[in-house]
Amino acid sequence: MKLTVNGTAHEVDVEDDMPLLWVLRDELGITGPKYGCGIAQCGACTVHMDGGAVRSCQVAAADIEGEIITIEGLGTPDALHAVQEAWIEHQVAQCGYCQSGQIMAAASFLETNSEPNDADIDTAMSANLCRCGTYPRIRAAVKTAAQKLNGA
Amino acid sequence: MSKLGKIARRTFLFGSVAIAGGVAFGVYKYKAPVKNPLLNDLADGEAGLTPYVKIDANGITLITPRADSGQGAYHVQAAIIAEELDVELDQVRIDPGMPDKAYYNTALGGDGAPFAPTDDSFGANSTRVVMDALMKFLGMQVTGGSTTVPDGYDKLRIAGAVARETLKAAASQKSGVPVADLKTANGAVQLPDGTAIVYTELAAIAATLDPVKDVTLRDPSQWRLMGKPTQRVDIVAKSTGTLPYGIDFTMDNMVHASVRTNPRRGGEMLSYDASGAEGMRGVQQVLPITGGVAVIADNTWRAIQAVNAIDVEWGAAPYPAEMDGHWQTLSDSFNDDQLDSRQKDEGDVVAALDSGEVIEAEYRAPYLAHAPLEPITAVVHVQDDRVDVWTGTQIPRFLQTNVSDITGMDYDKVFIHVLMMGGSFGHRLEARVVKEAAEIAMAVKGTPVKLTYSREEDMTHNDTRQIAMARGRGTVKNGQVEAYDLGIAMPSVIASQMGRQGLSVPGPDTQIVAGAWEQPLSIPNYRVTGYRAPELGPISSWRSVGASTNGFFHDVFLDELIVAAGADPMEERMRLCWHDPSRKTLETVAEMSNWGSELGPNKGRGVSFCMSFGVAVAEVIEVTNTDAGIRIDNVWVAAEVGKVVDPVNFENMVQGGVIWALGHAMNSEITYSDGMVEQSNYHAFEGMRMYQAPNIMVAGLENGEHIRGMGEPMVPPAAAALSNAIFAATGQRIREMPMNKFIDFV
Repeated sequence: MKLTVNGTAHEVDVEDDMPLLWVLRDELGITGPKYGCGIAQCGACTVHMDGGAVRSCQVAAADIEGEIITIEGLGTPDALHAVQEAWIEHQVAQCGYCQSGQIMAAASFLETNSEPNDADIDTAMSANLCRCGTYPRIRAAVKTAAQKLNGA
Repeated sequence: MSKLGKIARRTFLFGSVAIAGGVAFGVYKYKAPVKNPLLNDLADGEAGLTPYVKIDANGITLITPRADSGQGAYHVQAAIIAEELDVELDQVRIDPGMPDKAYYNTALGGDGAPFAPTDDSFGANSTRVVMDALMKFLGMQVTGGSTTVPDGYDKLRIAGAVARETLKAAASQKSGVPVADLKTANGAVQLPDGTAIVYTELAAIAATLDPVKDVTLRDPSQWRLMGKPTQRVDIVAKSTGTLPYGIDFTMDNMVHASVRTNPRRGGEMLSYDASGAEGMRGVQQVLPITGGVAVIADNTWRAIQAVNAIDVEWGAAPYPAEMDGHWQTLSDSFNDDQLDSRQKDEGDVVAALDSGEVIEAEYRAPYLAHAPLEPITAVVHVQDDRVDVWTGTQIPRFLQTNVSDITGMDYDKVFIHVLMMGGSFGHRLEARVVKEAAEIAMAVKGTPVKLTYSREEDMTHNDTRQIAMARGRGTVKNGQVEAYDLGIAMPSVIASQMGRQGLSVPGPDTQIVAGAWEQPLSIPNYRVTGYRAPELGPISSWRSVGASTNGFFHDVFLDELIVAAGADPMEERMRLCWHDPSRKTLETVAEMSNWGSELGPNKGRGVSFCMSFGVAVAEVIEVTNTDAGIRIDNVWVAAEVGKVVDPVNFENMVQGGVIWALGHAMNSEITYSDGMVEQSNYHAFEGMRMYQAPNIMVAGLENGEHIRGMGEPMVPPAAAALSNAIFAATGQRIREMPMNKFIDFV
C-alpha cells in the first residue's frame, strides 16, 4: 500500500489492520511518534493525517487517507515550527517521551483556536498524558506558541 | 584550610587528588584510587584525564554516568564538569560511558546509614564514611535516591578542575609560557598574548602528563553555569522528535520479541498452546522463558499480536489472591514479633497516652505502578566472544551480572549500553526486561533481539510501590500536641527489590519508617515504630520509596492532633520544628501562600511538612469545594536543598513531583483480584491529566550545609497537604488513598 509521510511517498507491504504507528516506526523507521498505550489513552503517538491530529495507534493501515505529518515533518532543529520554538523556550520536556505527541496535538489545536484560554487548553490537551507532570509548562508553551503563530 | 580545599583533599579522584586517610578505621583498603576505565580503550592521541573527561583531536567528551530518565541528570552532570573545565555545553559531547566501579554512587551509601539527615554528629558522619567505602567496594553505579547532584557536586567539579589544570600544564609545555600566566575559557587555554590553544590540540601532550594533583575549586560567586538558568542539552532534540530512546534503538538484522509471563506474579506457567500464534504473519519462533512465553517476529506489533494469541494456563500466585487478604496481612503485622525498628522514642509515650484522652486514627496507602510512558525494552546481542545490551536502566552493573549469569559469558565481556529513558520513577531499577531479552537472545545467538513490552504486560507486571498501613495514637494538652505515637506496617521494599537480585539485606529496613521517624520535631512524647509485614505482591522503589506513604501518614496524623488541640496548623508545626533550615521552609510557604489571610467560601488551605532524602519540604495547598467536587487551585512548595544547581530544571522537577504525588493520591491504585493486577492500561491508571493540574509556585532554599537532590523529596508532603486542605474546606478527613474513593475531584 502507498502512503505519503512528511512529503515523501512510501510503499509498504503490511496487513490491513497494522496500526499506522507501527507502519511508521517499524516499517519506515520514523520514530518521533511514540508507543505509550496502544489504546488512544496517552497521545504519545499523535500525528497529523489529512490536516488533523489523530492517534496513529488507532488508524489501521487500510484506513490511511491523505498525507501524514509526524513531529519530524512539523519542524526540524534547524527549522523549528512555532510550537517547537515555544516548547524549547519554556524548556517543557523532562523525559520528553510524550512531547512529540503533545506538540502535534498543540499544533493541530492552535489551528482551530488561535487565542485559547487556560480552560480551552486544558480541554484540548487533557487527552495527552505526561507522566513527568510538565503540564504547567505545556500550558505556558501553548500560549506562547499561539502568540508566535498570531504574530507570524 | 578553606572548606573547598578540604573537600578536594578528602574526595576520591583517580590518579590526581589523594584521599586523606584516617577518617574511619578498617576501610582504608577501599580508599585506594580506582582505575580510570577510560584508559582501557583510548586511541592514540586521546587523553582520559579523569573518569569524567575525555579529549581527543576531534572533540571533548564529558562522561555522565548517572542515568537520565528525564530528571535532567545528563545536563546537570555536564554543567558541573563544564563549570570547572571552562567549556561551554555546546562544545562537548555527552556520553554516559560504560558501567564501571569508578562510577560508584557515594551519596547513596550515606543515605543508607541509620542516622537522621539532621544528625551531623561524629558517630553519624563516621558511619556514613564507612557506608560510602562500602558503596565504592561494591561498585554501586546506581542512579536513585535523589543522589545525582549530591554525589557529583564535588567529584565532578574536581574532575573538571583536574582536567583544566592538566591541559594548562600541557599548554605550558607546548608554548613555554608558565602555567601561572595561563587562563582558560571556551574550551581553550589562553596565552597572555591573546593566542588561544584549543583543548583538542593539547590532548596528545596532556595524555603524556600525570594529572595535576592540586586543584582549587571556584567559589560559587564565580560560577557561569551552575546556579544559573541554562538550556538543557537535550531540550531541542526532545522538542523535535529527534532524541532516540531505548525503544527507538535498532540494529541491522534485528528481530523483535514480546513476552507474556504469569500475571499472578511469581507463579508458574503450567502449559501453553501456541498454535494460534505460530501461523501468524512475521512470527519466527515461539519459546518458553522463565515464568512465561516469548514470541520472536519481524516487527514489534506482530510480536505483541502473536504473543497475545497464545493460550496459557497460569499457576497460582504466592500472595493473597484478593486485596482483603493483603490488607488483613498488614493489619495483623502490628505486633512485637514483627517490630522492625523504633528509632524515634522520646519522652514517655505510654505514660502520656495513659494520662490523656487518646485520639486514634488508621491510614492506608495502596500499591501503585511506576508506569513511565515508555514501555520497558532491551536489545541483547549474543555473540561468541561478547554480549551487548542496549537499554534504559538505573542499574547497569547489576545487569552485567544478570546477563553474565544467563548467557554464561564472562562478566567483563558483557557490555551494557545505557540509553535515554522515557521516564522511570524507579521502574528501571529492575532487571526483568533485560533478563528475558537475554534468555530470548540465547535462542538465536548472533542475531540481535529487541524485546518490547506491551503496555498491558508492563503495567500488570510492575514491581509496584509498597502497600502500607499506619495507626496513630496521640494526645493534646493546653492547645499543643503532647504525645504522638505512630506505627507503620508494610512489607520491606528493599528485601523484595534486592531479593530479585539474589541479595539479602540484613537488619531493619529504614524505608519502613522513612519520611516519619526522622522528622525534626520536638514533641514531648514522640515515638515512631516500623513493623515488617510478610512479603506480599512484588514491590520496588517508587519515587520517594517509603516516604511516599509515610509522609502522608505522619503529617495527616499530626494535622489531626493539631486540629484537636485547637492550634493553627502552620504555627504549631513551626513551634514543634527544632531544625532551623526546616522551619524556614514552613515560614517560606506561609509567606508565599499568605497563610492566615481570609479565604472565600468553600475554600480551604492545608499545610504539610516532610523531610526525606535529607531534604526538608513544606507545601501548602489551597482547594475549593465546588458543586462538581474538589478543585486544587494552588500549591506552594519550599524546599531546602543546600544549593539549587540547575534552577530551570529544579522548578520543572518540583512541579512534576507535586503532580506525580497528587495525581496518584487522588486517582490511582493498583489492585489484585484472582492474584492478577486489575489495571491493565492508562484508562484505569492515569495519575493526573492536565485539567486537574494546579498552579504550583516553587522556592528553592539554600540555608542548609548539605547539597541535596530533589527528584523525590517533593512527593511525600503533597498528599498530606491535600488531605489537610480538604479537611479545612469540608470538615471531611481523608485517611486513605486514592482519595477519589471518598470524595469527588473536579
